[in-house]
Amino acid sequence: MQVSNFPLRMKMQFRCSFTIAKKDAKIYYLKAPVLIFGILFPLCLFLAFAIGRDISPNILLPGLVGMTLFFTASSANPIVAPWETRMRTLERLVSTPASISAIIFGDIFAGFLYGAVISIVPLLIGIFAFGSDVVKPYLLAIDIVLSAFCFSALGSLLSSPPTDNPSNVMMLSNLVRLPLIFISGVFIPIKKMPAWGKAIAPISPLTYASDLARYALLDKGYYPIPLDIVMILVFTLAFVIIGITIHQRSMPKRF
Amino acid sequence: MENAIEVSSLSKYFGEIRAVDGISFQVKKSELFGFLGPNGAGKTTTQRMLTGILKPNSGTIHIMGFDLFKHPSDAKMLMGVVPEMANPYIDLSAWDNLMLMGELYGVPKRKRKQKAMELLEIFSLQDRKNQKTKGFSKGMKQRLILAMALIHEPELLFLDEPTSGLDVQSARLIRNLVRELNSNDTTVFLTTHNIEEANQMCARVAIINSGKIAAIDRPENLRNTIQSLQSVEVTFAKAINDLESLQTIENVSEIRKEGDKLRLYTDKPGDVACQLVEYAKAHELQVLSLNTLGPSLEDVFVHLTDTKGEQNAS
Ligand SMILES: Nc1ncnc2c1ncn2[C@@H]1O[C@H](COP(=O)(O)OP(=O)(O)OP(=O)(O)O)[C@@H](O)[C@H]1O
Ligand SMILES: [Mg+2]
Repeated sequence: MQVSNFPLRMKMQFRCSFTIAKKDAKIYYLKAPVLIFGILFPLCLFLAFAIGRDISPNILLPGLVGMTLFFTASSANPIVAPWETRMRTLERLVSTPASISAIIFGDIFAGFLYGAVISIVPLLIGIFAFGSDVVKPYLLAIDIVLSAFCFSALGSLLSSPPTDNPSNVMMLSNLVRLPLIFISGVFIPIKKMPAWGKAIAPISPLTYASDLARYALLDKGYYPIPLDIVMILVFTLAFVIIGITIHQRSMPKRF
Repeated sequence: MENAIEVSSLSKYFGEIRAVDGISFQVKKSELFGFLGPNGAGKTTTQRMLTGILKPNSGTIHIMGFDLFKHPSDAKMLMGVVPEMANPYIDLSAWDNLMLMGELYGVPKRKRKQKAMELLEIFSLQDRKNQKTKGFSKGMKQRLILAMALIHEPELLFLDEPTSGLDVQSARLIRNLVRELNSNDTTVFLTTHNIEEANQMCARVAIINSGKIAAIDRPENLRNTIQSLQSVEVTFAKAINDLESLQTIENVSEIRKEGDKLRLYTDKPGDVACQLVEYAKAHELQVLSLNTLGPSLEDVFVHLTDTKGEQNAS
């Protein structure tokens, strides 16, 4: 079974990624607590902000969708590598023909699917419970797909330090993710932020994801739409390339 | 191409530690090759480099003619790997673990299902097929790990201490299976610190110590060097300070005092034991214990490393 030519090789690696994504789904995502947490956590954070204020739920929906995407797509990836190091399943995986890039890509794909699917829940609640409108459905679809992939890649990047302790990585991951919520225009639109807020908002990928969601659901936003899309793509590319590079370096240190 | 594995000047350092220090060897196709050494010798490190887990600091590896670093997935496609202390996924069933591996090696669906059924039967796991492996005993997990390594019918099988910590029956099942695979032309690279296992199974054995290969030979030849390392251990009720008087015992190559015991190295342990009893009678000594000991792995190493110079000289 010699895999000598390039397209065939790529096809084989893609199949490996897909297999690994299926494995991740079974082990990390398709579990009741994980699924419920994925919906509850963003919702609670959100209610904490929204309750007692006189704002229509419609206005808040884009932020909720963005945050759900952010938290779900990046939720499990940080612990995959340390957990598998500790459980001693990783060496077996790395000795298969799947390259490290294929393994990481599979992890990203699983997080992407999980984030994209779960983000539909707050959307449905918004549409059916509060009568929100989806003004630009195609833009919403683009937003969900691109952002879920981007955030999942961030999750995978966060799992690259060569530790076998999931709680270390969880700490790092929350240290990075939680502050991003507050600078990304999730609760307060960027337009209404103070000058320093406007200045740091662009460093967060979540900013562009919620901005796009605003366009899709409320037909207004802060940055130009093409800029939002390009910035999400740039962040994704950076997370994927940096993530794979670090994983390739740290993988041998796990054994 | 007749070599399944070709290794040349392979080295791996962990900081100051030279875990593997410039080793070279070949494993022929269809050979059952033993890789033997004490704890910390560099066995696992070597297997990890051969299976593409670790990158060496220097040296080259060819697997079935493929340069492992230039064509890693081609080379890996041909190998089945049982790492040291690996586990199946505990949240997946035995069946799902097998399917996962089958898919990663690109085994077509029908083929992998058929092969998985066959393997579950061979390893007596068919009743546990749909159970999560969380509740599996160590022996069951190890059998499943071996089954997972065989799902794509590899030409070359790497095993790192596959029987360590298993009961006699599981160990025997695994040994018999590995022998059978080998008789059907699977090349096997068996890492172990169990010299008896290597003697029983391997056509050729490399002995590695402190990252260097001390000897590569057929087990008979190694056994012959080992024969002279048998010994008789005796404890008398009263300590003997005068070892000179023991020189009258024939066929003894060396006498060592170890605590309250005396150890007499010989290639005729039965004969020496009888002479010791005579000696005790003659000197009116009470024998508290008398054991004949086979060579321990440590003895072989002492022999192969410390006395190499002497051996060559004589
Ligand atoms: N990841 C690592 N980091 C640092 N040192 C390591 C690492 N892996 C192995 N070593 C060192 O390399 C040497 C060889 O280890 P290795 O695991 O290859 O031995 P081994 O022959 O498999 O021993 P055992 O019989 O105990 O399994 C040891 O001194 C060990 O401490
Ligand atoms: Mg070892």
